[in-house]
Amino acid sequence: MSVAENTSQSARGSGGIGAYLAAHLREYGLLFALIAVMAFFQIVTGGTLLRPINLTNLLLQNSYIIIMALGMLIVIVAGHIDLSVGSVMGFIGALAAVMIVNLEMPIGVTMIACVAMGAVIGAAQGYWVAYWGIPSFIVTLAGMLVFRGLSLWLLEGQSVGPFPREFQVIATGFVPDILPGSEAMKSLFGTRNFNVLAFATGIIAAAWVIWSGMRQRAQNKAYGIEDEPRAFFLLRTAIIAIALVFILYKLSTFRGLPNVLLTMGVLTIIYAFITERTVLGRRIYALGGNQKAAKLSGIKTERLTFLAFVNMGMLAAIAGLVFAARLNTATPKAGFALELDVIAAVFIGGASMSGGVGKIVGAVVGAFLMGVLNNGMSIMGIGIDYQQMIKGLVLLAAVIFDVYNKRKG
Amino acid sequence: MQDTLLEMRSITKTFPGVKALDDVSLKVQAGEIHAICGENGAGKSTLMKVLSGVYPAGSYEGEIHYDGAVTAFRDITDSEAKGIIIIHQELALVPLLSIAENLFLGNENARGGVIDWRATNQKTESLLRKVGLRDAPTTLVEKLGVGKQQLVEIAKALAKDVRLLILDEPTSALSESDSQALLDLMLELKAQGMTQIIISHKLNEVRRVADTVTVIRDGQSVSSFNTKDGITEDRIVRDMVGRSMENRYPERTPKIGKRIMRVSDWSVYHPEHADRQVIHNVGFDVRAGEVVGIAGLMGAGRTELAMSIFGQSWGQNISGRVEMHGQPVDVSDVSRAIAAGLAYVTEDRKSLGLILDDTITRNVTLANLPGVARGSVLNDHAETEVAEKYRKDLGIRTPGVFQKVVNLSGGNQQKVVLSKWLFVGPEVLILDEPTRGIDVGAKYEIYGLINDLAAAGKGVVMISSEMPELLGMCDRIYVMNEGAFVGEMPASEASQERIMSLIVNE
Repeated sequence: MSVAENTSQSARGSGGIGAYLAAHLREYGLLFALIAVMAFFQIVTGGTLLRPINLTNLLLQNSYIIIMALGMLIVIVAGHIDLSVGSVMGFIGALAAVMIVNLEMPIGVTMIACVAMGAVIGAAQGYWVAYWGIPSFIVTLAGMLVFRGLSLWLLEGQSVGPFPREFQVIATGFVPDILPGSEAMKSLFGTRNFNVLAFATGIIAAAWVIWSGMRQRAQNKAYGIEDEPRAFFLLRTAIIAIALVFILYKLSTFRGLPNVLLTMGVLTIIYAFITERTVLGRRIYALGGNQKAAKLSGIKTERLTFLAFVNMGMLAAIAGLVFAARLNTATPKAGFALELDVIAAVFIGGASMSGGVGKIVGAVVGAFLMGVLNNGMSIMGIGIDYQQMIKGLVLLAAVIFDVYNKRKG
Repeated sequence: MQDTLLEMRSITKTFPGVKALDDVSLKVQAGEIHAICGENGAGKSTLMKVLSGVYPAGSYEGEIHYDGAVTAFRDITDSEAKGIIIIHQELALVPLLSIAENLFLGNENARGGVIDWRATNQKTESLLRKVGLRDAPTTLVEKLGVGKQQLVEIAKALAKDVRLLILDEPTSALSESDSQALLDLMLELKAQGMTQIIISHKLNEVRRVADTVTVIRDGQSVSSFNTKDGITEDRIVRDMVGRSMENRYPERTPKIGKRIMRVSDWSVYHPEHADRQVIHNVGFDVRAGEVVGIAGLMGAGRTELAMSIFGQSWGQNISGRVEMHGQPVDVSDVSRAIAAGLAYVTEDRKSLGLILDDTITRNVTLANLPGVARGSVLNDHAETEVAEKYRKDLGIRTPGVFQKVVNLSGGNQQKVVLSKWLFVGPEVLILDEPTRGIDVGAKYEIYGLINDLAAAGKGVVMISSEMPELLGMCDRIYVMNEGAFVGEMPASEASQERIMSLIVNE
């Protein structure tokens, strides 16, 4: 079920802003946690965190996790789990390396073949889960081992690389600035670089957030749906809009819009739309909320489960391409234990283990929260030992917070 | 001549708002088989729960004299220590443990926490001999049929030095030959001097084994007779159902039109036991504006019939024909059944009918999402309007349609399920126990809605275990027993006695 609807009804009973905040602590908590963590690291790293080059890095480092989190959210909402995504990602990277570097096949053909292979892998696992009722935990645990082994076999234990420049661009390239006025902006802001396209994207995105939020509010009012208190709406929208403009401004003073940010952004919008606004998305939530009731309502639950895994395989393949392009080499260890980061991001983002609950935006924010923690602690020079412990505790805290909230409500 | 082993005097047990037992008395002689008869919900199970300590002493009024002394059981362990053991309708065996492990579960032959398997298996063998089972003690319970499992339950009771054995509907899931074997065993145990109570609907069984019969109705003990005195089954049936009919059903003038739906030669096998036929060549039809009832006891196969018709949601190896307006239709999955014009309102709304953590809106539109979408994109506001419409039409009492259904009362939840199916626009609605777990006021509203549906020209199939409800609501009633239809009658000719005698006489 979606958080937005939660919003309208719980406010009704009690009315006050305090009660509203209490009922939506989770939603706001995630946003404020991200802001707090970013502010903390911005201060303790002496401003390094938000430097344009680091922001760009932060996006590149987390892109493949976010891409996989989109698929994982759907799998988890449908009431399942996929432990194989790290291995599948590594395997697809290996496949791409063998095809491009060893066999010298065209990049376009390779990419299409890799995404298709991802879909086939997802189908092969989803088939057993959906139509045989074998627990996804087992099937994908097996898949994790199988594809880890297949990567090793494919690469014969070696690293394969480097990739041609045209392939690396997927992960490390930037969208060229097609808009005029760069010189004028440089002198206006007094920066060495200025990418007008990136900045314009930030402005447009912020404007869209404000416009769609206000439209939604107006319509809700017309239909008598109670909404979040005005002050909350204004504050939240303002923070998101300012953050968008700020981050894109920072990026525009470096090298502009990274290709992966574009990929990630487009995918996030598509998946948020599918999950929240379409019949297909609604049916996935229903399947996770109560599979038997969904089935008795005419929903083809097996097919939906199957498709969730096919989709997950495709996204893992896309992530595999991005990852290989970023490292510029395919290694047998690529993607090792990455499934845990992806799953953690989804749960931190508010999804429920029992299915039926969770949002795309939550999963993306959850992934960013983990990413900022990683990045900030690395800049501070905190050892990997402490990093692991802290990330583990953050995951536990987020889920305890969920359970506590639910029990209280 | 005989001593009284058990006497329950003036037992009254009240739940909030309901008097489940009202001044019930029961007297069981040592060494006899005592049968307790009554309709579903008459209070038989409650009485047994009082006796076994599930409802501890102090939570009810009245006295229990057992073995010559007043007793006050605090819990089941307490009553079991005195040798009172109940075997429930749903067997309480662990399927993946062996017979021996089940027999001594919680009562293991152990020294210092280490189980003595030799002693366990030896004791098991002798207990199994007593109940006439020849299976090895190490056989897993899941490998046994229901009949044998029932015998294992009895062996388990014998392992605990039982003095008063209570069997709650012991033959309801058994085949004819298994039932006979069980009844024989009961007589044999009686010959060895064991006192037994059997709860049963099946009067032929009662007549065969029981020495004394007590009839309970509406929480009161109505009568008690000795079977040697030549009491007829008719008399027992009359006592079981003989309550006065009040005007608890809204008036309706039926306007019955053409036949909409016809089911013929419908046969279904159990989903796990492929050789067990659960529905036997059932046929029925429904006309426009008609409310058709299916009467029967729990376990008669009514839900299985309905769910197998509705998209083969239950069972396997399903055969038979479903026709709508004379044309055969494909009902092989739920979406096809819906497309054919059917809707099924489940008896188990919480686990099969609703997504409890979702809002009213999202539950109402679940079965017809394309109805609130353009292409495949949902229109939130159209969705809200639909939910609002049904909230008003059906009188769902809620602060708003964005309320989660888990927060609604049973009656309002049922209205949400009905809304979901009305939004699909079906021609025939199959309502399975539509008023189960709903308070009296809400029941009347649901009855009103059912009448509205019939008045709108829809066909309604109503499955209910409450016979007065069927008599009050239906135009025609089919009687179902053990997976087959055993009778059909217009409501004007139906009576509880007639239905009950069709069931008990098989």
